[in-house]
Amino acid sequence: MAAKDLFQELKFRDPVRARALSEAIGHEVAALGRRVSVMHVCGSHEQAIARFGLRAVLPPDLELIMGPGCPVCVTDGPEVDEAVALAVQGARVCTYGDMLRLPGTARSLADAQAEGAKVDVVYSVSQALELAEKHPADEVVFLGSGFETTAVATAAVALANPPKNFSILSVHKYVPAAMNVVAESPETNIEGYIAAGHAAIITGWGIFEPFAARTGKPVVVAGFEPLDILAAILKLTELMRAGKPEVANVYPRCVTKEGNLAAQRSLWKVFRPVTGRWRGIAEVRDGNLDLTPEYAHLDARKRFRIDTSPVRDEEAEEAAKGCICGSIMLGLANPGDCALFGRACVPESPVGACMVSSEGQCRIWHTYGGVPDLRKVGT
Amino acid sequence: MCLGVPGKVLAIDGMSATVDFFGVRKELRLDIVDEPVSVGDYVLNHVGFAIRRIPPDEVQETLALFDQILDVSGAKADLMAADVRGEIAAAKHKE
Repeated sequence: MAAKDLFQELKFRDPVRARALSEAIGHEVAALGRRVSVMHVCGSHEQAIARFGLRAVLPPDLELIMGPGCPVCVTDGPEVDEAVALAVQGARVCTYGDMLRLPGTARSLADAQAEGAKVDVVYSVSQALELAEKHPADEVVFLGSGFETTAVATAAVALANPPKNFSILSVHKYVPAAMNVVAESPETNIEGYIAAGHAAIITGWGIFEPFAARTGKPVVVAGFEPLDILAAILKLTELMRAGKPEVANVYPRCVTKEGNLAAQRSLWKVFRPVTGRWRGIAEVRDGNLDLTPEYAHLDARKRFRIDTSPVRDEEAEEAAKGCICGSIMLGLANPGDCALFGRACVPESPVGACMVSSEGQCRIWHTYGGVPDLRKVGT
Repeated sequence: MCLGVPGKVLAIDGMSATVDFFGVRKELRLDIVDEPVSVGDYVLNHVGFAIRRIPPDEVQETLALFDQILDVSGAKADLMAADVRGEIAAAKHKE
């Protein structure tokens, strides 16, 4: 990296500004005069928060919680079963690396691969397209996971007339639904939300206005550098203290109110939100992105008869008893509350989905020493 | 998978660009980004697609916004924070 670029990047890690933001947050929370909880819904935010130890510079009365911000983690067991069944049936299944070891009800794509099924890890959906061109005799199925930021890439490929042997098994998820599921949970005590900056590049920050108005809670869109996150928390606590359920954008270098309109048109041409189950949580209204009827010819669920019975084992899923991923994703518990965390459940042999993906909260906490909140260890 | 990474555009060929990510070169699709992209621009990469052209003057604008949030916050009355703001002003002067 050029020295100038490094200098620019480090400006968002400037300790002087970070200290000023931290002091100001302390002042706002003291003015609130009670214990408050705020939530972010993004694995990349949690990575930055854990990596830079940001919880250590927050006042003790402010709890910063990760919500259902890992699309891999909320992909349901039976959805993974569909991909495993297709691989076992002979299709070439392509997917992102963090989907490989995600357990279905009994098996993962990595298990199927070990048994000889054709499973390819791709960095981008465009690589899946190249594989379809390279293997014309194979049916290439792209298991598309991720929030709308990733779904627009899948949509771009769907719109570009892919080869006949290419299809999509969509397990894409929709960010606004993730925030709704928390806000509607009767046990929640979240008073403000930090929205994921990269998803908002596509949808625009305006999409959160109805949510803020309906729930009476402020929303702040944030970037991923330490100062981005601290500035967002400060803005959020200011709005909470003023009692203003507004949406603020502290990531203006990437996010606009309207978002990327062309990408939204592509997204909603190819996908539509449908209600479906999220792992460990429940039915989530408009939480999943399915292919529209216009693109049904690319839908693996329509093209193939997917028989999941040989790979499905509901009893095995039950065996993951003791795993509290669902409560962790809803922000009602943290990895430290789980008896399996770091013992029976580790990245090498994960029990729950949150330990699989690099965006899962358990995986992130495990990576950064298990206790990313240094206030808890008395430093 | 959801990681967004900024990189600098080195070359463009139709809907495809060669982009430098801190020394690693990768091909990126330009189907999604909603602004014309030129060589030398910074773009945000998400799963092999540029999702945003980052304006060149963004760094200063964002930092100015952070300072503005600090100013309107109740921290104004906080002496320690005022000290720190003084430090920022001094640091700015040095730049």
